[in-house]
Amino acid sequence: MSDTGIGARVLRKEDKRFITGKGQYTDDINLKDQTYAYFVRSPHAHATIKAINTAKAKKMPGVVDIFTSKEVEEDKIGGLICGWMIHSKDGSGMKAGPHPILASGKVRFVGDQVAVVIAETREQAKAAAQAVAVSYGVLPHNVDAGQAMKTKAQVHDVASDNRVYNWSIGDEAATDAAFRSAAHVTKLDLINNRLIPNAMETRAAIGSYDTGSEHYTLYTTSQNPHVARLVISAFHGLAPEHKLRVIAPDVGGGFGSKIFIYGEEVTCVWASKRIGGRPVKWTADRSEAFLSDAHGRDHVSHAELAMDASGKIVGLKVHTIASMGAYLSTFSSCVPTYLYATLLSGQYDIPNIYAEVDAVYTNTAPVDAYRGAGRPEATYLLERIVETAARELKIDPAEFRRRNFITQFPHQTPVIFCYDAGDYGAALDKALELSDYRNFASRKAASAKNGKLRGVGFSAYIEACGIAPSAAVGSLGAGVGLWESAEVRVNAVGTVEVLTGSHSHGQGHETTFAQLVSERLGVDINNVAIVHGDTDKVQMGMGTYGSRSGAVGMTAISKALDKIEAKAKRVAAAVMEASTDDIDFKDGTFTVKGTDKKMAFGEVALASYVGHKFNSSEIEIGLKETSFHDPSNFVFPAGVHICEVEVDTETGLTKIASYTAVDDFGTIINPMIVEGQVQGGVAQGIGQALLEGAHYDRDSGQLLTGSYMDYNMPKAANMPHIENFKLGFTFTKCPSNPLGMKGCGEAGAIAAPPAVINAITNALGVRDIAMPATPLTVWNAMQPMKRAAE
Amino acid sequence: MENFNYHRPATVNAAAALLKKSKGGSYMAGGHTLLPTMKQGLASPSDIIDLTAIKGFSGITIGKSAVVVKGGTTHMEVATSAAVKKAIPALAELAGKIGGVHVRHKGTIGGSIANSDPAADYPSACLGLGATIVTNKRKIPADAFFTGMFQTALKDGEIITEVSFPIPKKSSHMKFPNPASRYALVGVFVSQDAGGKVRVAVTGAGPKVFRVPDMEAALSKSFAVSALAGISAKAKGLNADMHATAEYRAHLIGVLARRAVEAAK
Repeated sequence: MSDTGIGARVLRKEDKRFITGKGQYTDDINLKDQTYAYFVRSPHAHATIKAINTAKAKKMPGVVDIFTSKEVEEDKIGGLICGWMIHSKDGSGMKAGPHPILASGKVRFVGDQVAVVIAETREQAKAAAQAVAVSYGVLPHNVDAGQAMKTKAQVHDVASDNRVYNWSIGDEAATDAAFRSAAHVTKLDLINNRLIPNAMETRAAIGSYDTGSEHYTLYTTSQNPHVARLVISAFHGLAPEHKLRVIAPDVGGGFGSKIFIYGEEVTCVWASKRIGGRPVKWTADRSEAFLSDAHGRDHVSHAELAMDASGKIVGLKVHTIASMGAYLSTFSSCVPTYLYATLLSGQYDIPNIYAEVDAVYTNTAPVDAYRGAGRPEATYLLERIVETAARELKIDPAEFRRRNFITQFPHQTPVIFCYDAGDYGAALDKALELSDYRNFASRKAASAKNGKLRGVGFSAYIEACGIAPSAAVGSLGAGVGLWESAEVRVNAVGTVEVLTGSHSHGQGHETTFAQLVSERLGVDINNVAIVHGDTDKVQMGMGTYGSRSGAVGMTAISKALDKIEAKAKRVAAAVMEASTDDIDFKDGTFTVKGTDKKMAFGEVALASYVGHKFNSSEIEIGLKETSFHDPSNFVFPAGVHICEVEVDTETGLTKIASYTAVDDFGTIINPMIVEGQVQGGVAQGIGQALLEGAHYDRDSGQLLTGSYMDYNMPKAANMPHIENFKLGFTFTKCPSNPLGMKGCGEAGAIAAPPAVINAITNALGVRDIAMPATPLTVWNAMQPMKRAAE
Repeated sequence: MENFNYHRPATVNAAAALLKKSKGGSYMAGGHTLLPTMKQGLASPSDIIDLTAIKGFSGITIGKSAVVVKGGTTHMEVATSAAVKKAIPALAELAGKIGGVHVRHKGTIGGSIANSDPAADYPSACLGLGATIVTNKRKIPADAFFTGMFQTALKDGEIITEVSFPIPKKSSHMKFPNPASRYALVGVFVSQDAGGKVRVAVTGAGPKVFRVPDMEAALSKSFAVSALAGISAKAKGLNADMHATAEYRAHLIGVLARRAVEAAK
């Protein structure tokens, strides 16, 4: 291992500009003659738009123009799409209602955009937006997923019972048979609470149309600028791809919410042409972010787990109602289906699984992928019911899990996935040791002396990431393939530029990707630049989400580096007058076997471009290679997390007393960055379990958690003390990519919620407690116990 | 936010004159409530009269029987004052629990009290210690000062120049923060004066800061946790929202009062 190669704890190259305020985010960019957009948003959860009067607003100072659905329709700008077709059990396609970039005829949630005001300043645009008079006819609304199929509030004409699809997976008859022969069945009703992503940087866009070249540019906060360009070209019909450049510069976090194509960004591009080519800039304020960013989770589920007399799981049945919100966001439909129910086998050998999912419309912000996307929901459901089953059977939850672990690989689950490698028992052993599980009873007794209830909870999670083999996802309904591209350009002086279709918005790609190049070519990481986020520089790519940038993106780089090495060997052989087969390359030096001849990598790079010392009709000038890598399988990171909580019996306040995370991510490029991903993911998972929850008022349909006054983001004080936050790693190599990598970005957010809730239910001795387990919720849960004790 | 005229007077009288002359002006101390409401368009004063440049407007003096905090004194000054920590440790502790570090460096005692936010911390110290609020016109006892939600006895143009806190024999402040905002979901300030009389003031739980007479009477007889046995705050009239029901708030008043008595020093 070199100082900056694979496995080195290299400090992040990008952090200097981030922590010194030199990052270039979309809002930092200002173009000549720029105007500002402000959106008029619906104050109602559900209403017809009777009339929009912009006359008064148009006369206000600085107003350039105001657009509504009328102008969108005039210009035939297409609506937003959902790129994954899901079919119901009965074979019918999902019911996708129209999703115009500005609401047409009807608004469907509080915050739905109705009109856009373009003005000389943001303040002028905002002031005029307040003067746009919209007359609404208020309709009945429903914000509750559980009520969606029963309510009179019909969100879209195409879905009479608000049902987008009724999808199923697994063998129902075989699962029913397994239940009939079971010795014990555990049943659990669960809610997976709706979350609001809250990336540090809110969404922003600058649309700019050049009237001379008829070329559009969009600067935007995107996790996948190429997909944005493709969708805007192919579906909105704004411009063909060669006339549209999408730039996603520094992006301050996404957690999934910036994968999607939103109406505001498309509006900025379109409006720039409509006002004659002046750039149009929009930056969401935090209130808009709460209202209009795609939210996450929001499941209502019933689960049943069947065991035989030996405590072996024989079947799992699940029914889930998943809220899609008011519209189908870009990838929303695949989240509660192929990213969810396919993971319901977890780490367990479950011979029979049947799951049915009803996706429903509600009068709320659209719901789509959020850190983990479907896999946290699956893990929460499975790990809660497994823990509950162990308690009912009076088997230690660790032992119950071990008894049911998959131990042979590859393992085909009944729900599509074929797990390729893992050692779940090893992770459990390590987690038990790190958490000092055997002495839990004495810690519980010590807590009791201080008037605190202590509990312990497990979570043995698995996720499928490294998304994804193109043919496989295509067969399941995806509109795109999920490969990744890389281009490696070696400059004549031996420095290296890597152009990647992955996009870094906090992950540290500029460091980890450079470490791979450093390892392979023996160059200093400071001589490696990672170029991403610009469709004019990187030809095509699929972006960053689903923990795919390592397993898929870096594999593409690795394959391009293979080609670079092969080409460089040919050049070195020619220059050193040897056979290519006799050239060895190690630590940045090319040598000729059995001689003392050698050339440094930089010398070969120079020779490649000078072109004097080889026959350029046999070896092409230059050193630049491209690879498009399509993975052969998903990758399956897994691990065991153990949480201990202390509950204050007087106030209901829960503290994380300790947290242990043991993960198998395969090969780790930069342990420091990976540890940060685990800690950050766990923080988000603790957030879901204890703190966060989007709360729409049933009666008014208003978002009550519309600011940090009410939406509780995780804070340092909510985390376990760093000494009690233990990280461990186990290793099984991923067989489906040459680096053996699995992916780590989502693990913590997937694993943590059930670990925390299992610990609280263990502490309180209750079957369930709703997330977020706030002091009020916990105190309420304790009242029946107190009354019983009195 | 609407445009406004900004003034930075050097004396209390000049500030009062500027306000009187303005069409619809507002004083600003720390600005922690005023500026957010202006940004949200909920307030649009014609003039902002910034009080922070007034000479002698901040500072702390410790008398024989009282701690006097000038109106423009920041929370950080109170929280870190060695003299306050010695005279009324609970007051310094309370100031140290307001907001975050940035807030404590800008927010002022006068601004906090004048705003009478039902979940603010300082009003509980004023009421719990029986403070006197001194303005450029008069002296107002804390018991008469907080008149309602965001309502005080201050008349138009009146400026809080100082707050005088009697030094108690013992006092303590307990706060259970709102999990999201960190304002007081419930805060309880307990003090016992030299003569043994006890005050119990509660913030966060009702429309305004209030005292709990049952608890005060019991603790005045015997300043011990056991004296509170069987006394519970009534849920009726308390705030209810997604973070806490009225019953939960009433329960927390009891818990925090007991903890405050136990910790009083």
